[in-house]
Amino acid sequence: MLGYIVRRALLAVPTLLIVTILVFLLVRAIPGDPAQVLLGEGAPPAALAAMRTQLGLDQPLIAQYWLWLRQAVSGDLGHSIVTGEAVVPLILSRFQLTATIVLTAVLLATVIATTGGLIAAWRRNGHIDLAISSTASLILAVPSFWLGLILLLVFGVQLRWLPVVGYVPLSEGWSAALAFLILPIATLTISESGVLTRMMRSSAVDVLRLDYVTHARAKGLSERAVLTQHVFPNAFAPTLTLVGLTLGHLLGGIAVVETVFTLPGLGRLMVDAILARDYPVVQGCLLFTALIYVGVNLAVDLLYPLFDPRVAA
Amino acid sequence: MRRGVGAWLGSAILVMLAGVLLLGAFWTPYDPLAIDLGHVLAAPDARHWFGTDEFGRDVASRAMLGARISLTIAFETTCLAIVLGSALGVLSGFVRGWLDRIIMTIADAVLAFPAMLLALALVAVFGGSGQAIVLALGIAYLPATVRVVRAAVLSIREKEYVEAARVAGDGPLRIMLRHVLPNALGPIVILSTSLFGWVILYESALSFLGVGVPPPAPTWGNMLSSARPYLEIASWLSLAPGLCIVITLLGVNLAGDALRDHFDPGERR
Amino acid sequence: MIVAATPLVLVRGLQIVLEGKAATPLLHDLSFDLNPGERLAIVGESGSGKTLAARALLGLLSPGVRRVAGTMTFDGVALETASEATLRSIRGAGIGMVFQEPMASLNPALKIGRQLCEGLRLHRQVSASEARMHAIAMLERVRMTDPAGCLDRFPHQFSGGMRQRIMLASVLLLRPRLLIADEPTTALDTLSQREVLELMMELTREAGTALLLITHDLGLVAQYTDRVVVMEKGHLIEQGSTADVLHHPAQPYTAKLVGSLPRRDPARPDVPVDATELLTLDKVSVCYPGKGGLLRRGTPRTVLDGVSLQVRSGEIVALVGSSGSGKTTLSRAALGLVRPSEGIVAFDSANVASMGKGALRSFRRDAQLVFQDPFSSLDPRLHVHQIVGATLKHVPNLGASERRARVDQALDEVGLAGYGMRLPHQMSGGQRQRVAIARAIVTRPRLVVADEPVSALDLTVQLQVLELFQRLQREYGFACLFVTHDLSVVHQVADRVVVLHQGAIVEEGTVHAVLGAPQHDYTRALIAATPALALTTNGGMHF
Repeated sequence: MLGYIVRRALLAVPTLLIVTILVFLLVRAIPGDPAQVLLGEGAPPAALAAMRTQLGLDQPLIAQYWLWLRQAVSGDLGHSIVTGEAVVPLILSRFQLTATIVLTAVLLATVIATTGGLIAAWRRNGHIDLAISSTASLILAVPSFWLGLILLLVFGVQLRWLPVVGYVPLSEGWSAALAFLILPIATLTISESGVLTRMMRSSAVDVLRLDYVTHARAKGLSERAVLTQHVFPNAFAPTLTLVGLTLGHLLGGIAVVETVFTLPGLGRLMVDAILARDYPVVQGCLLFTALIYVGVNLAVDLLYPLFDPRVAA
Repeated sequence: MRRGVGAWLGSAILVMLAGVLLLGAFWTPYDPLAIDLGHVLAAPDARHWFGTDEFGRDVASRAMLGARISLTIAFETTCLAIVLGSALGVLSGFVRGWLDRIIMTIADAVLAFPAMLLALALVAVFGGSGQAIVLALGIAYLPATVRVVRAAVLSIREKEYVEAARVAGDGPLRIMLRHVLPNALGPIVILSTSLFGWVILYESALSFLGVGVPPPAPTWGNMLSSARPYLEIASWLSLAPGLCIVITLLGVNLAGDALRDHFDPGERR
Repeated sequence: MIVAATPLVLVRGLQIVLEGKAATPLLHDLSFDLNPGERLAIVGESGSGKTLAARALLGLLSPGVRRVAGTMTFDGVALETASEATLRSIRGAGIGMVFQEPMASLNPALKIGRQLCEGLRLHRQVSASEARMHAIAMLERVRMTDPAGCLDRFPHQFSGGMRQRIMLASVLLLRPRLLIADEPTTALDTLSQREVLELMMELTREAGTALLLITHDLGLVAQYTDRVVVMEKGHLIEQGSTADVLHHPAQPYTAKLVGSLPRRDPARPDVPVDATELLTLDKVSVCYPGKGGLLRRGTPRTVLDGVSLQVRSGEIVALVGSSGSGKTTLSRAALGLVRPSEGIVAFDSANVASMGKGALRSFRRDAQLVFQDPFSSLDPRLHVHQIVGATLKHVPNLGASERRARVDQALDEVGLAGYGMRLPHQMSGGQRQRVAIARAIVTRPRLVVADEPVSALDLTVQLQVLELFQRLQREYGFACLFVTHDLSVVHQVADRVVVLHQGAIVEEGTVHAVLGAPQHDYTRALIAATPALALTTNGGMHF
């Protein structure tokens, strides 16, 4: 088991390296001249050349990469071209909000999906299954940003229960911030529970067919014990992988929800930076998000043996 | 019976969609790009079934044009990813060896990024036109496609009929084309329908964010984006394009499920 | 055998259907008794409904499958009307069940100890440590080494035979009055089969547990049970004491079943001693590098170790061994599909490994393979005539119409005339295997390697296919390397037999010599573990 953990952790290292190379290359590939962006439209060529030297753009690519990597490892990802802020603290402060929403939503969605999927599989092809599966399929067809808009329309505009725009940072207290977070979290929870429920139902249906479930029943165990102790751990394993993928997918796709609810999160930061050609911020966001995603997948792989001991062999 | 209903509904939706597309190629109620500042933000009525937007443009016409644009992008992207991904997947899964390792390493590296993130970055690289989105999303989905096809090929490879072909004297190219690829069609078709749906979703998301298809060309995504500020006074602007997306995706998903049931008859779900 | 006043299990008129638009009957009017301590076998081929009866007793029929009539009584309790709570109290403590696939019946996510103690703690109020003690004692009884250590391990850490013994321990721990064993050893290799069955018999005899053995293997029935119920397609055909039913079957189906047991044709001529050597394996070894990872070097596995054997023209050599003995690898090496790490494989005195393209092509026409699994050896997307004709594509100077004629002829010879346009999934297992044979003989090969060609088939179908194979061999005179794990099939079909154990040959000779007077321990163990052999050779029954 320890061997599995070590091997898996070590395997993450080359992946991380390749991620940094890809991020570097991607941003370099974005058309446009950073020096031009910094100095503005009418800048004289001499000033542009000087700025390029200052930014290190006239060096060979590998040297630039190495320099950038060294700086990144020491915690310096440059400064925003637009605001001048240091990139790292900027990303971290935005990430706080994004992480809160994403983690809460995924947690809630996982609980809902696991319960719903198990029950649907247990009563397969019955009325409950029909209701749960149809709802899940319907949810899959609804884009998260539209769901957010509709929820906003209903709860914010029509019913006036919740605010439509605005945001209070968490640092100023939970209860104040909560009102602004309920709808985005609800949106994401509903959105993601669709695909997770289907996955859970599908793997639970597979497991329920296996002999060891019949054997557990043949021992005289109650249905509840069979479902929770025998079916759940085995059916959850593939869903766990999907939860990891979902977290990753949300890290990328959170921008849409942040746009709908005008929340200053990490997703919106990246999109704004792309539109403004703010290369350091784009680079920083890409790197940061990709690293988190690698970390999440690593965590999922490490948790997997808890549900399926065969992989650690 | 339940399965039958799903397939029926899916097919019906897709047929209706095809009808709208065909119609929209020749006729829309109004010119989707025609600005009419005298009828800005009009609520839905007999003349404008879905109302008008902030420039007085007819929402229904824009939605029809948007359908053409979005679905064309989805179709082209799916073709790109499937054709290229299947070729690479079959080669990788069947030939194995160093080729497989290289392809999988690159695929895994690209997969280390969340798809949306990658799409955003690639759109930044390629620009914001329809072609750029096809390229960006195609590349973003390529590794996943290669993976799925490769997995199917790996399992087909172990089947005894592949070995029988070797015993009969067939060479590797012949085996790949005659035995492996045809039997991998099932998973490939299923993947295609899933991909199609995802591209529609992602393209609308990118357009919603403002980095997708640029105005004034309408896609359902950017229509929703411009509808956002008018949520309180013109809520219908947010409903129509969204419903279009939902209905289309529903049709695609249901059709995809029906296809999956067809190709996997052993599953009694 | 104990003769008791009231039977332990009483089944009367049991009828089971599969729900749907028209309820398909699966079991028609089954009735039987089982007395305490008695051993009853339910015998039948696939689709006979034998498993259904057992599952119905426990109330564990699959969703959509329902009992529509009949009564079942266990120990005086009417099972068909019992409440769920009553049924649950009987399951495990009154009736225990052992399943076929040992990997599938143990939960891979839970430790063994947990699964063993679960039932115990449910039915009897014992503490965790007491349950553990009972579990360890039971594991010792089933001869597991390090019983205490076992409790903390997971199922995947044990072999198939060990897992089946753990299953046995888990079920018998609760001391049920009835043990239902549903094909308990079919998924195990021959030697493990015998071990597990002997253990089962010993333990049930000790505790006075009645046994309901569900199987398709008549040899097991003859050796281990007192009475037998014969079923076909959901109908009860015949029942009675084992000796009576097997020796003097009253019904035609039973006679057919017993007659399908492989037996040797005494009129088969011996192969002339001077027949030319067609296939030669000379000290062939095959090593696989082993599964390594990114940071780990795999340990190399030696699958074949210095194997030498010859197959002469026109003779059938059987290659026997259990799974893992290397016989599949040997069959592939003989056809040049696997390159030996050492040694030479020669066909007609030419080294297969160094054949040029032309020579290789003609080798492929002359040497063919019949695969084991009729469900995966035919490309599901091709029609039968395309499958059978595939090899002919490489024969020079053969036009399309001539090819078609040859294919039709081959299909005719295997009794599948007119099946050319069918797809594999439209045919039964036996028919598919006949297609596989047609595919192998269509090029008129001189050597046919048959890799367990009948292992996946029902007994009556097996007989048909074996007889077909033998007839074709007589007519065409091809040499054959017949790989199998079943000694009774060897007895029917082969001239010589080679016994393979852990990659090396331990014994070889004519069938009479090896089966009549085995020299090696492993051969003896194999013979002892094949009760069907005893049924049909001297010393058993004749038909």
